[in-house]
Amino acid sequence: MGIMKKKINEFPTPYTCRNAISKGGMETKLSMVLMGVGNIVHGQIVKGLIFLAAEVAYIAFMIAAGVSCIAMLPSLGSVEQEEVWNEALQIYEYTKGDQSILILLYGIASLLITFLMACTWVCSLRSAYKAECLAKEGRHVNSFVEDLKTLLHENLQRLLMTPPMIFIVAFTILPLIFMICMAFTNYSKIDSHLVLFDWVGLENFKTLFDSSSILGSTFWSVLGWTLVWAFFATFSNYIFGMIISLMINRKETRAKGFWRFCFVLSCAVPMFVSLLIMRTMLQPEGAINVLLRNLGLIASDASLPFFTDPTWARVTVIMINIWVGVPYTLLQLTGVLQNIPAELYEAAKVDGANAVQIFFKITLPYMLYVTTPYLISTFTGNVNNFNVIYLLSGGDPVTDMGATAGKTDLLVTWLYKLTVDKQYYNIGAVIGILTFIILAIGALFTYRRSKSYKEEGGF
Amino acid sequence: MTGKKIHSAKKRRFINNTIVHTVLAVLAVIWVFPIVWVILTSFRAEKGSYVSTFLPQSYTLDNYIRLFTDTSILNFPQMFMNTLFIAICSCILSTFYVLAASYCLSRLRFKLRKPYMNMAMILGLFPGFMSMIAVYFILKAIGLTEGNLIKLALIMVYSGGAALGFQIAKGFFDTIPLAVDEAALIDGCTRWQIFTKITLPLSKPIVVYTVLTSFMGPWLDFIFAKVICRANSDQYTIAIGLWRMLEKEYIDSWYTCFAAGAVLISIPIAALFLYMQRYYVDGLSGAVKG
Repeated sequence: MGIMKKKINEFPTPYTCRNAISKGGMETKLSMVLMGVGNIVHGQIVKGLIFLAAEVAYIAFMIAAGVSCIAMLPSLGSVEQEEVWNEALQIYEYTKGDQSILILLYGIASLLITFLMACTWVCSLRSAYKAECLAKEGRHVNSFVEDLKTLLHENLQRLLMTPPMIFIVAFTILPLIFMICMAFTNYSKIDSHLVLFDWVGLENFKTLFDSSSILGSTFWSVLGWTLVWAFFATFSNYIFGMIISLMINRKETRAKGFWRFCFVLSCAVPMFVSLLIMRTMLQPEGAINVLLRNLGLIASDASLPFFTDPTWARVTVIMINIWVGVPYTLLQLTGVLQNIPAELYEAAKVDGANAVQIFFKITLPYMLYVTTPYLISTFTGNVNNFNVIYLLSGGDPVTDMGATAGKTDLLVTWLYKLTVDKQYYNIGAVIGILTFIILAIGALFTYRRSKSYKEEGGF
Repeated sequence: MTGKKIHSAKKRRFINNTIVHTVLAVLAVIWVFPIVWVILTSFRAEKGSYVSTFLPQSYTLDNYIRLFTDTSILNFPQMFMNTLFIAICSCILSTFYVLAASYCLSRLRFKLRKPYMNMAMILGLFPGFMSMIAVYFILKAIGLTEGNLIKLALIMVYSGGAALGFQIAKGFFDTIPLAVDEAALIDGCTRWQIFTKITLPLSKPIVVYTVLTSFMGPWLDFIFAKVICRANSDQYTIAIGLWRMLEKEYIDSWYTCFAAGAVLISIPIAALFLYMQRYYVDGLSGAVKG
């Protein structure tokens, strides 16, 4: 409830596409077919030519490659690569078969280009209608140079946002659509569908949800551990970070800067370096076990099973995550703690509250209020926390030989293993989508309700 | 009677202070300990990965020297130059993207503003490297996965999603009073001039922060570099190099060199980090008022 607000158009303009089609003059209507004509008629020659060039380029592209790419999408190719004996040269030759992965990629790229073309079409129509209206009313129609100048002022966002958007589309959105599509195919090493594959609908989701299959049972156990991990990793860091932060920020603590420096030093070391160091230290023959042996705490040939016993491994990664994460929490919480109005504390002291009461009645509620968005993003970050798990334990130990995931594997590291090591691309994509859904359900609700989202742009 | 009370309060405070300081000292030792250990190991003269003593028996500089002279298997100097080049290029690109996007979202009002912010939020929820394989296919399709072009590919990958991380810079721009912009507008500035001549100079902390974070990215990333470089060992970045030193076939002879490399990498990164730490706090809490 309340999530879908009624859409109010904040930017009303008479020059809409619908108006252009219904009320536009001859030249505007002609622009529907021959883009840019309307602009050329009204003196915006360069602009019109650019629109026209875009249309020509698009049509040329579609004829040369686009149509065939899109036409191949439903079947994803069917010609198999074959060995043919070449009598003349006395060798085997390979015929050129279809490669489904490229067909899928080019198909999606063509669809994306078509979509962009549709946007350009709408733009050109609007622009033609605007030029027509302005000319009718006897007002000034911008020349191309003037149009360019508006890019620095009224339309600055177009200048500044276009290059980043191109990169985002090319390196984030296109790959994401591509990956999502893979989830509905049988592109995987299973039954060797690595060259040619087909659409299989929701088959992969079914496999994963079916807890009697190996993949299915692995999925549920990995999902369970992911949630447990995210919960403990988030709150252990939060609480621990808050306690340390409070201890350092106490009025009577000496050498505050020194203590802070000690903790911050560890997050100044690149994370992958400190994680790799931790991993080597915790090996059966690593520094920690050697230290414990030298101190006589464990027998000289024994070693603690940090990454070899499932329960030990799980506790270890959470503990190490505290080591890695607390300094960051400390950095962020310190600022917030210092911002708590001092009057609140004074009032509480006058009323005779003790330290514990002050913490639970003032500090904690205030912190929770301010840092809820931070907590959510940390939780999300921990569900997707690839580095800590992959570099520390690598998902080990693997207790069930048939399974593709170890006991500390999160959904993301499992996804990585499935795609990079096992080449089960479709299952990997399904896991990615499911991770997204899990996060989206939680985050979207909370974000939308949070104060910062509602009040954003209130000024 | 009152004297006794004051005395006991003093005593309690003393005990409290001692406890707090002891706990802090113990924790600080735990936090600093692995770092000290790596530094010690990087000077360790005994070869091999795992030794039976915790502290090195003798010290040497050979590990550092070997890192720069033994370039036959793992070419550390080249990896360093690769990473430096990629870091500088992607830093320039992504700084521009982040600042431009944040400024637009903070100061300009346009139709795609809310959709863009929602999109950024949704994209942020996907596991970052879920699309990694797809990115690799795309780069391969446009022929950027061979030879020196890999560097270009990595630059594009690192700066590609940069504009989605606009939150911190936008939060900072939001705190600059609108009145400044309005005054400039009345004086006849264009929005572009406001951006370059007023907003950016006023936002030095966040500019520095953005530059440094995007510069540090390629030094710290490991996954994308590994997937895109594959077997092209002449294009490796530092992160992959260090990771390889711990692989089974290298760990015995390269272990102490790994420690040396880790120390070398950590020094500049740590310096940058400590330098921008205050911006980090400021940027997040939005405490800076223009």
